[in-house]
Amino acid sequence: MKAIQKLGLGIFLLALLLFNALLFMGQFRLTEAQLQESVKQEHVEVLRQELQPMLGETYSSSFSFATDFNRLLDNYNEEQQRSQQWDRVIWDDYAFALARVASQGFVENNKLLLLFLTIIVGAAGALLYILPQYRGEPAGVKNNGVMFSSNKSRGVVGITIGVYLTAIYVLLYWYPEYIVNWALLVDPLSYTLSGGPASQWFLYGTIYTLAILVMGVRMFRKYKGNNYQLLRTASVMFFQLSFAFLIPEILVVLNLPWYDLKNIWPLDYDFFFEYSVASMLGSGSAGLFLFIWGILLIIVAVPLFTYFYGKRWYCSWVCGCGGLAETAGDPYRHLSDKSLKAWKVERWMVYPILVIITVITLLTIANYFTEFALLKQSTDMLHQWYGFLIGAAFAGVVGVGFYPLMGNRVWCRFGCPLAAYIGIVQRYKSRFRITTNGGQCISCGNCSTYCEMGIDVRWYAQRGQNIVRASCVGCGICASVCPRGVLKLENGPEQGRITDIPFLTGNESIKVLN
Amino acid sequence: MREPHATGDFCIRTPGRRIVIIGNGISGITCARHIRKRDSEAHITIISGETEHFFSRTALMYIFMGHMTYAHTKPYEDWFWEKNRLHLVHDWVTSINFEQKELQLQQQEPLTYDILILALGSKPNKFDWPGQGLQGVQGLYSYQDLQMMNDNTANCQHAVVVGGGLIGVEMTEMLLSRNIPVAFLVREEGFWRSILPKEESDLVMRHLREHHVDLRLNTELKEIRDDGTGRVSAVVTTAGEEISCQFVGLAVGVQPNIDLVRNTELVVNRGILVDQHFATNIPNVFAIGDCAEYRVPVPQRQSIEQVWYTGRMHGETLAHSLTHQPVKYNPGPWFNSAKFFDIEYQTYGMVPNRWKQPVDSFYWEHADGIIAFRAVFNGEDKRLHGVNGLGLRLRHEFFDQALRENWTVEQVLVKLDQANFDPEFSDRHHREMLQAYNEQFGTNLEPEKKEKKGLLSYFWR
Ligand SMILES: Cc1cc2nc3c(=O)[nH]c(=O)nc-3n(C[C@H](O)[C@H](O)[C@H](O)COP(=O)(O)OP(=O)(O)OC[C@H]3O[C@@H](n4cnc5c(N)ncnc54)[C@H](O)[C@@H]3O)c2cc1C
Ligand code: SF4
Ligand code: SF4
Repeated sequence: MKAIQKLGLGIFLLALLLFNALLFMGQFRLTEAQLQESVKQEHVEVLRQELQPMLGETYSSSFSFATDFNRLLDNYNEEQQRSQQWDRVIWDDYAFALARVASQGFVENNKLLLLFLTIIVGAAGALLYILPQYRGEPAGVKNNGVMFSSNKSRGVVGITIGVYLTAIYVLLYWYPEYIVNWALLVDPLSYTLSGGPASQWFLYGTIYTLAILVMGVRMFRKYKGNNYQLLRTASVMFFQLSFAFLIPEILVVLNLPWYDLKNIWPLDYDFFFEYSVASMLGSGSAGLFLFIWGILLIIVAVPLFTYFYGKRWYCSWVCGCGGLAETAGDPYRHLSDKSLKAWKVERWMVYPILVIITVITLLTIANYFTEFALLKQSTDMLHQWYGFLIGAAFAGVVGVGFYPLMGNRVWCRFGCPLAAYIGIVQRYKSRFRITTNGGQCISCGNCSTYCEMGIDVRWYAQRGQNIVRASCVGCGICASVCPRGVLKLENGPEQGRITDIPFLTGNESIKVLN
Repeated sequence: MREPHATGDFCIRTPGRRIVIIGNGISGITCARHIRKRDSEAHITIISGETEHFFSRTALMYIFMGHMTYAHTKPYEDWFWEKNRLHLVHDWVTSINFEQKELQLQQQEPLTYDILILALGSKPNKFDWPGQGLQGVQGLYSYQDLQMMNDNTANCQHAVVVGGGLIGVEMTEMLLSRNIPVAFLVREEGFWRSILPKEESDLVMRHLREHHVDLRLNTELKEIRDDGTGRVSAVVTTAGEEISCQFVGLAVGVQPNIDLVRNTELVVNRGILVDQHFATNIPNVFAIGDCAEYRVPVPQRQSIEQVWYTGRMHGETLAHSLTHQPVKYNPGPWFNSAKFFDIEYQTYGMVPNRWKQPVDSFYWEHADGIIAFRAVFNGEDKRLHGVNGLGLRLRHEFFDQALRENWTVEQVLVKLDQANFDPEFSDRHHREMLQAYNEQFGTNLEPEKKEKKGLLSYFWR
């Protein structure tokens, strides 16, 4: 490692340390006035009473603040429930909003400086580490020592990172009040973009995008000389930065709903839920356009593009989940399980999830058109459960938190209903395939090892068979790491795409007779 | 030599016959799998002392370099064998009684067979160099060799690799992946000059030097020196130069691993002698893969073929003979491939290292010096003999057809676009190559136009 890389790594780790330390800094003091501004009118009175012990108190961390708040609110709610006063229970989640307004002191007063010292300096440190990589080395496969690395082979470092990421996702989804200080950091950015304060989701989006950009640069270094990888990486970086990060904020400025124009149902599972539809249709003709656009993506873009280019057009060129997996997740791609059993589990998970979300969506729509006569409000419960189990726990916590444990495509492979839908199209009606180069395979296993989707590529390649699999996201890594040039991602005529050649090119003894 | 009749009643499908295969490499395993496909009743046993399960020998280097673990190199999952009733015996065969049809094993009970298939593989050559038995001196063939190499290089400051061929360059790459500097001794005037023409060899050598390989051409090993404790401390070349080192990789070729059957009724030469059906002189005993030597070689081929692909073809062919009807070994046009650090090499047909009239050659090299293409052909009728590609991927089926159908070099060059197997978005070179050919041979060839396809197909060209 060059000195400058060590420096970069050091800077990154210090920035990360400070970033984590921030959670324990600053003060929190909730005033009555703030309370009044932040909660619904009908709750002001109750909360003022219930939170009386807190008001004006100064807390030294968001943890003690949030703990007190939650305790007081829970006490109140439990009491109401015990006395069956259901309509008096407060379901709204005010913890994050109140912690935000209550914050003061060091973090609140130094947002810009701290933003710089943590996120910006951290990204710069990472780049210092990444940019000199492979400098002066010829282009080629850069997998030396992967299996000896503690980070990349489920060693102590890998497990630690996995636990850390998992913890962050748990906080983000279910305890955002504890990470209020992080959200404060990106306030300046949020005000610049959309004029409003940063939510935990804006914080998440910022870090997510930055992770794709910085680790995308790493891909550029690692796969230099490989145009397919370079273009593909540039594409996911572009779509994340523009479609997923900037454009939605601009839409908000234009008084339109926050909308990621490349997110497609059923990955975007709540697209047809009442509240989404209402917010789109309530935003005039531009909102209507967004709604129609979303529907066209599902029924036209997916089948059409998948027919011509395979699943890859979305999963490894456009999608945000794919974007993170292909950049930040690249060091962990070989950790996917290649066994036949894993393939079985995959099919028993991903297709049922597609069925479930389709049913939920259809019920929702039917309910909507029968003016809620069909199921009343009970679809809300389905939405909540799906959102909790699949949208948050699976896609987020397991999907990213488990990168260093189960590989970078756990969600895409086992959970993503959109991947399931596109996969079916790819398997049965597409021009895409991975062509095997005759008899050249030496069964070495590099392709299978580095397939993030856990496809046993070698199984097909060593038999001279093309690889046509629903799950293949067309990342092209199998073709890159193959030492014998056996694999080629291609779009071509459907005829002859799925082959089952019993004997390989090169042996005339048998072909003649068969 | 005269080709004797096919010996043995190998196409008779006695139900429940006991087929025993010694060797679980590519040839033995391919044979077993294909027998099982067509004969569900046979008792098939595969014996190997090296590893319990079949692994890819060609991937040994990647285990050392940390690209894969041993488990990744196994082409079939462990349940595969039981499911296909391929009985595995992890043991060494110590002797064979051909009379009694019985095998003695080192640890386990003796085994009897009706049909015996010898797929014993190779072992590294050694040339009686003084000091070749020292600790830290080794070849690379087996899984045990790999483990030994791991131990031997644990505290290595400097290494020497002897032998300018494929395993030599692999060992060099392996050592460099662990930041161990390597002096690479090559007897000839260029790397792999016994196979590669000069330009290809030069190109590869430039690349090796870019990877900081200390290439010593025209250099032969004379002796290996001891450090006083039984470990290697240096090598001395025939020119008298002493190179200090703590590891010596000997990669001077392999030979059939036939110690097991030497001095028995089985007729051997360098390898186990077989006819075109892989039958030995003893009925119902066959030999395939690296250890087999043809009494009469297939035209244009060596009498011993020591590559993965031929091992696989041997296995397929013999299995067909044993289950369906006897067929002669009839490989199609030769093909092979390798990788020299980052440069992939593919070859189809026959490209000699040197040639003379009427054989002619067309060679093109890209300006960046890491991509090259050669076509060797008959200078009179332009019929293609073979091609070499470096830094390029070439389509096997295309050249297989071109060679079988005796295309001319010009027919191939105008269609080269179709032969391309490089990843999408790679730079294309077929026009430049054709132009180079036109200039060199005074022709005026144009690339063949592909039939027009739908508009959208142009997006990914
Ligand atoms: C490092 C390396 C890299 C290579 N790379 C390539 C390449 O890129 N391309 C290519 O085409 N070829 C390559 N080769 C050559 C190729 O691997 C061999 O040609 C091929 O593996 C031979 O297969 P086989 O089935 O004949 O024998 P083997 O794979 O050698 O199998 C023979 C087995 O029989 C076992 N055996 C032998 N005697 C006994 C006994 N008495 N009792 C029990 N078991 C016994 C051995 O232990 C061994 O496991 C490479 C070889 C090496 C060593
Ligand atoms: S098969 Fe190849 S292209 Fe498809 S997902 Fe696996 S590594 Fe990527
Ligand atoms: S990486 Fe290439 S040679 Fe190795 S098993 Fe896969 S297709 Fe075959």
